[in-house]
Amino acid sequence: MLILLTGLLLGGTYTLIALGLTLQYGVARIMNLANGETLVAACFVTFWLYTGYGINPLLGLLVIGPGAFVINWLIYAWLMQPLVKRARNRGMLEVDSILATFGLLFLFQGLMLQAFGGSYFNYEFLARPFSIMGDSFGLNRVVACVAAAVIAAALYVFLYHTDRGTAVRAVAVDPRAARLVAIDVRRTAAFAFALGGAITACAGTLLSTFYTFNTSMGVLFTMKALIIVIMGGVGDIRGAVLAALVLGLTETLVASLLDPGLTLAANYALFILVLLFRPQGIFGKRPA
Amino acid sequence: MSVPLLAIDRVRKAFGGLVAVNDVSFEVAQGELLGLIGPNGSGKTTMLNLISGALSPTSGNILLSGQPIAGLAAHKIARIGVARTFQLVRVLPSMSAVENVVAGAVFGHNRLWGGEALTLARELLARVGLKGREEIPVAAMTYIDQKRIELARALASNPHVLLLDEWLAGLNPSELRIGMELIREISAQGRTIIMVEHVMDAIRSLCQRCVVMNSGAKIADGISASVLADPEVVRAYLGDDDDA
Amino acid sequence: MNIPRNELLAVGAGLAGAAVLAFLPLVTEGFWLSVSVNIMLYAAICTAWALFSGPTHLVSLASAAFFGVGTYSVAIFIDVLPFPALVLIAVAAGALLAILVGLATLRLSGVYFVIFTLGLAELMGQIVTWVQTNFGGTIGLYIFTDLTEAHLYWMLLALTVIVFMTGWLINRSRLGLALRIIGNDEAVARHVGVDTARARIILFAVSGAFIAVAGAIMAPRYSYITPDAAFNPMTSFLVVIMALLGGTRRLWGPLVGVVPFTLVMDFISGHFPNQTAVIVGIAFLAIVYVLPDGVTGQLESLFRRRRPTDQGLLATTVEEGR
Repeated sequence: MLILLTGLLLGGTYTLIALGLTLQYGVARIMNLANGETLVAACFVTFWLYTGYGINPLLGLLVIGPGAFVINWLIYAWLMQPLVKRARNRGMLEVDSILATFGLLFLFQGLMLQAFGGSYFNYEFLARPFSIMGDSFGLNRVVACVAAAVIAAALYVFLYHTDRGTAVRAVAVDPRAARLVAIDVRRTAAFAFALGGAITACAGTLLSTFYTFNTSMGVLFTMKALIIVIMGGVGDIRGAVLAALVLGLTETLVASLLDPGLTLAANYALFILVLLFRPQGIFGKRPA
Repeated sequence: MSVPLLAIDRVRKAFGGLVAVNDVSFEVAQGELLGLIGPNGSGKTTMLNLISGALSPTSGNILLSGQPIAGLAAHKIARIGVARTFQLVRVLPSMSAVENVVAGAVFGHNRLWGGEALTLARELLARVGLKGREEIPVAAMTYIDQKRIELARALASNPHVLLLDEWLAGLNPSELRIGMELIREISAQGRTIIMVEHVMDAIRSLCQRCVVMNSGAKIADGISASVLADPEVVRAYLGDDDDA
Repeated sequence: MNIPRNELLAVGAGLAGAAVLAFLPLVTEGFWLSVSVNIMLYAAICTAWALFSGPTHLVSLASAAFFGVGTYSVAIFIDVLPFPALVLIAVAAGALLAILVGLATLRLSGVYFVIFTLGLAELMGQIVTWVQTNFGGTIGLYIFTDLTEAHLYWMLLALTVIVFMTGWLINRSRLGLALRIIGNDEAVARHVGVDTARARIILFAVSGAFIAVAGAIMAPRYSYITPDAAFNPMTSFLVVIMALLGGTRRLWGPLVGVVPFTLVMDFISGHFPNQTAVIVGIAFLAIVYVLPDGVTGQLESLFRRRRPTDQGLLATTVEEGR
């Protein structure tokens, strides 16, 4: 029971990371391998705001979310748009965006390394026990999970109950058809990329409240996010939520029953199962 | 009665709720030139895709000389002996004409290599009317010449069954005459062919027999002349009064 | 077999060049020899990488994983087997890893493959660490041999020559033709009878085995091997940069990137060790935006533009109907 709940609490934050990536990949068609760096950067900014200025991480979200939105919009407009324009087909865009976001990955990682060094960071926030059904959990973990759920729910309402959100989903399904119904595809893609970045950053802020972080862990989180997105099916919100919970649970299980050093192996094991049995995602239809 | 070369047995293909091919059965004899016709969206191309392995059927059997091939990977079916052309012509743009045809000779049913493959490719290019143009990059060729390349590539694998997906579409009248003559010759040499076609004149003059599909189902199968005069077939093409 | 004259000339020139390079350890030692070992190492790995990633357009980030597998093949068995046998073990281990990864991912769309390889080195490192802490006792392994830098250089030179010869033979084989067809149009490839997944897996195994051998050859240099050093993900990224910088359309393309970039990286890691990541990042961006076809590709299209006959589109793989 303890493992189950710990896993689910972790899965809450993972959901948010994966939602950010699925917006960027599923809608803007950019395989953003620097996604994890956005997350790590948010961890550090939160840390800096909290320890330097005493700003509560939850309030920090209000700064970090919009900040990441603007930065990611600029990244899309300046760096990704030229690649989208020159790509002759989706395969080319995929390769180009992978390489370009690699560049960003190292650039961000290098800059953060300059600023913060390579050691591990953490800070104390709501580090009190909180009991659920007889077991006690860190209050920070519970709060992070609840906040993640609120943000994910807000995203869901936005995507499924507003015009703008419907446009985003339309572009995800078919950019060409979306253009025919007068959706500004380029703007929508930029918006989705920026929104994805903002959500990933929020996930970083929440993660930093209970997780020890360092400058070089971004790639691991990019991996987790990618595995969740593939497991859930690209662009599928329900799938991503379920997959994130499965991943959080599996990791916790492996870490507490086997060895904490094998979490990546657990991720890979899940990944392989997905590739072998449901490469189209949990809820995805089999491709014709 | 002998085993037919190709037997389609209650083959069905559903995309989600849409049934593109609805329990269709027909047989093709060795050496036959069969026309597969029907209005747009009737499931003809899906049928070809099922035979060639681009798609795998939801249910039903496809037998080539008694051997089940339904649901096998496309490359396996190609090796067993099914070759095809594509509705929108697909050549290998960065390769020369002769290399395009060699591709079929090397990896298809024939499995030749080196000099043998090259000789066959040159012969076939001559046969489809491209003698002397072997080394030209195909990206620089006209539409009909690209179609000729595709046909030569399919023939290079020496297939048991050749599938032509609207191979005559988009040709002008004089090209059409040449194209029809080419198909007639290939058929006369004993090759078994299934051709999906919209050009009715071609079906009438080339195919002894044809199968008609409408909305995924087979609605007629028989001698071309009588099938094309069948009121139901005519109605399928011209549309019913109520859905006109 | 009729081999075109210009290819024979290229092979001859390559072998002659290699013969000249073989004298290098006799005229220099110390710093420049060790730089030359690095250059030769990346020449072998990058060319082996491009054997696979060039024709398939699939960016493999597994180089560090293969390298580490090779290094550990040596580290584990050094006390019981002679060095040549260890190289064979590295070949087998590298090929096996590649086949497993290939079976899981290369039958599907390319993006799964890239993602899978992204964390592979880290994964292998974790598994090795876990095995060693739980069953082996210590994290590190010692390697003592009497192989000198000059020996490493010669072995790497030989490996590079073998990689080149293999690449040349593949280009002339059915596999090479299959890859060209896949690169043009994957759907056509399947329908003319090419087993596209198998072709990719074989090629990935060849490439992975070579990189593992490079790791095996380098093992004696480290003398003390830890998972972090053997499976350092940076290797994978450097390989991609150098190969892309040179260009992957020609077999010798990666070489053009390896020589300058190894020198630059050597200088940077000597003088500004903390800036490595930033430089690597900028290099990636520069390649994507300034030299998408690499130096050789850029030169080739400059040359081609002056000729009247246009070759048309140089097709890239299209991931059909995802």
